Amino acid sequence: MPRLKHFFRQLLLYKSATVGLAIILGLIAISIYTVFSIPYSDAIKLWRAGEQYWLDTPRNALPSWVNLFLSKKLPETIILDTENPQVGVSKAIISAGEESSVIKVEFVFDYRYDDFPSEINLFFKSSYNSSPPRLTIHWVKPNGEDIVLKSMLVAKDDRYYISNDEKLARRLRSTFSVKLNRTIGYDLPILVLLFAQEDESLLDPGTAKVMKGTYRLWIDGIAFEKDVKLDAKLVVYGKVYGWAGTDHLRRDLGIALLWGTPIALSFGITASVSVALIQIFIGALCAWFGGKVDTVLQRVTEIFMVLPFLPTLIMISTLYKFNIWVLLLIVILLSIFGSGVKNYRAMFLQIKEFPYVEAARAYGASNFRIVTYYLIPKVLPTIIPSMVLSVADFVFLEAALAILGLGDPLAPTWGKIINDAYVNGALYKGLYYWVLEPSVMLALTSLSFAMLGFTLDKIFNPKLREI
Amino acid sequence: MPLLDIIDLKKYFEVKRGIFGSKGYVKAVDGVSLSLERGESVSIVGESGCGKTTLGKTILRLYEPTDGKIVFDGKDITHLTWKELSWYRRETGLVQQDPSGALPSFMTVKRILEEPLIIHKVKDKEERRERIYKVLEQVKLTPVEDFLEKYPHMLSGGQQQRLVIARSIILRPKLIIADEPVSMLDASVRVEILKLLQNLQRDYRLSIIYITHDLSTTRYFSERICIMYAGHIVESAETRELLTNPLHPYTRALLNVIPDPDPSNRFIIREVPAGEPPNLLNPPPGCRFSPRCRNIMNGLCDVKEPPVVEVRKGHFVKCWLYV
Repeated sequence: MPRLKHFFRQLLLYKSATVGLAIILGLIAISIYTVFSIPYSDAIKLWRAGEQYWLDTPRNALPSWVNLFLSKKLPETIILDTENPQVGVSKAIISAGEESSVIKVEFVFDYRYDDFPSEINLFFKSSYNSSPPRLTIHWVKPNGEDIVLKSMLVAKDDRYYISNDEKLARRLRSTFSVKLNRTIGYDLPILVLLFAQEDESLLDPGTAKVMKGTYRLWIDGIAFEKDVKLDAKLVVYGKVYGWAGTDHLRRDLGIALLWGTPIALSFGITASVSVALIQIFIGALCAWFGGKVDTVLQRVTEIFMVLPFLPTLIMISTLYKFNIWVLLLIVILLSIFGSGVKNYRAMFLQIKEFPYVEAARAYGASNFRIVTYYLIPKVLPTIIPSMVLSVADFVFLEAALAILGLGDPLAPTWGKIINDAYVNGALYKGLYYWVLEPSVMLALTSLSFAMLGFTLDKIFNPKLREI
Repeated sequence: MPLLDIIDLKKYFEVKRGIFGSKGYVKAVDGVSLSLERGESVSIVGESGCGKTTLGKTILRLYEPTDGKIVFDGKDITHLTWKELSWYRRETGLVQQDPSGALPSFMTVKRILEEPLIIHKVKDKEERRERIYKVLEQVKLTPVEDFLEKYPHMLSGGQQQRLVIARSIILRPKLIIADEPVSMLDASVRVEILKLLQNLQRDYRLSIIYITHDLSTTRYFSERICIMYAGHIVESAETRELLTNPLHPYTRALLNVIPDPDPSNRFIIREVPAGEPPNLLNPPPGCRFSPRCRNIMNGLCDVKEPPVVEVRKGHFVKCWLYV
């Protein structure tokens, strides 16, 4: 124990180690928090559920905190739901005689952002016996102008994608062109027409300004039945979401960023520790037993060293799809007969001639005992730095495989986010956050392990200090 | 019955010259006979490369003998396998030359001493602890508590060698092979270590084979001295007899070069046998010392190997001069 304390005191003398250790501890804290707050099965469900689960989040939204740095505030998502009573939501269904009911739904919200929302959708849930209710949907702008959006019959589970309604778009465009006495291009989106100030600036989506104020969406309905039920949900999708933003499938990137941490750490640490330990063991066996054992193991090592690692892995992952832990096993199996075996063997060839090994033989230590208790502990301190350094290598390897589309297709990992971003042209579309967030996590991870590893190297191999 | 009986022991090391070259043998130990009583100690003296260390290691069966016979306590152990040798490991101990190299740097004193006990299945923790305490007291590493948790590098050279000795006697062996145990120590510590070995030998009736190149330390405790040269024992006798009455020319040369702290000696140039010890891969024919010998009888010494002659009672010499 005092030795450990002494070691840490010595380690913390180096600023690089302090910083590296702090980042690693931070990553570990994130991992622990993630594993306990979002169980893996939930994470997988959230990540794989696709759009069915993520109905209420915007597509490709930036993280919320970017608003802190922008002078024009980007909109947050506004959700108004009759199942979930709150200010601005009202609903009334009144039976009118034996055979009919009248439905009134009203959503009122304040819109004071500087940019247009990304989408608007209306979701309906209704129950009826034979005749579906007929609804007329109105949009009232802050200046009091009332626009009828649509009249529709509502099915049991229905939705109205307002921002995709081409018929409405055509109608609005002609209304506005009459009003402004100008032709309006086909590329002017519905959202601009619904939210913009009605002046010349509206003609170009680049200059259109948001009409700030209180908006109202109200639904007037009638059903030819007595016991009709109807619930409606209005979602005005913003352009920012959560602390990490969303991807093309409306998924919260935060889940993958959080879960990427424990996966990356456990992958990297397991791989580097087990590869190093197995390589040491093989090296020790070769050096100690010599002869046939040595010859066989050395030839196997040479074959594996000639095999190109990445192409082999790509080939295997193309033929078989497996989860990340099988991938880890394959990476370990492909790495254990690496050049490390040669290095360790060379070290052990020297160590096995040390008098203390001879002494151990003289008092009857078995071969196995000598390898595990006398040879391996001697080199262990010198290889800890390289073990720590190689954690980053394996984290990168896992990310690289995911980026190439060869990783675990299910697991929410950093590499998978970059892969999605790449496939969906994130940089082409200017969605920098999508690539930057996982990249920053990867860079932080490798930086922290590198800082710690190099410092450990200085402590364990003091000769390096002068260089 | 002697504790250890070595009969015509040979240890050759195979070497290959070149890729297709013929096989050769380094004859490190070439026909050594020796016998040792319980509680007796023997010094084996010779210069570097004469095969004395190989002899020690072969006796301990760290090397497989090429030929000959080793009988310990009435049992032939010459060709026993590793597993069958387990009991023999308990009966023998090894003290090496370099104490810091002989101790694993990553183990504590306690662990170092515990290892032989664990290997020889002393399962009871209490018993192991007692034995460790006792042995540390025997080698005077006291107070014991201060040493148990230390690592070898925290000990001085003399303390390290005491620890090595403690490790070699913790299994309560009958035979100890001490391979130059004091040659790497300060002169001031040498006597202490030798005294310690001497006391252990007397108290526990240990037999000690003391391997050294330094004749001056042998008189401390060995009863008999064997002079080794190029894989052969060339002369053996009681310590006093050999030191006062050396017969073999090589022994005389060795005794001649022992430094003597007398100011009147400062201008005397001591005569050293010319040349170097022979290459054991290809030793000279006849007597192996003949190329360097002053008393060489041409036609005899360099042709035929000399026999072992008992010149006086217990004084054997392998030289044509005394036939």
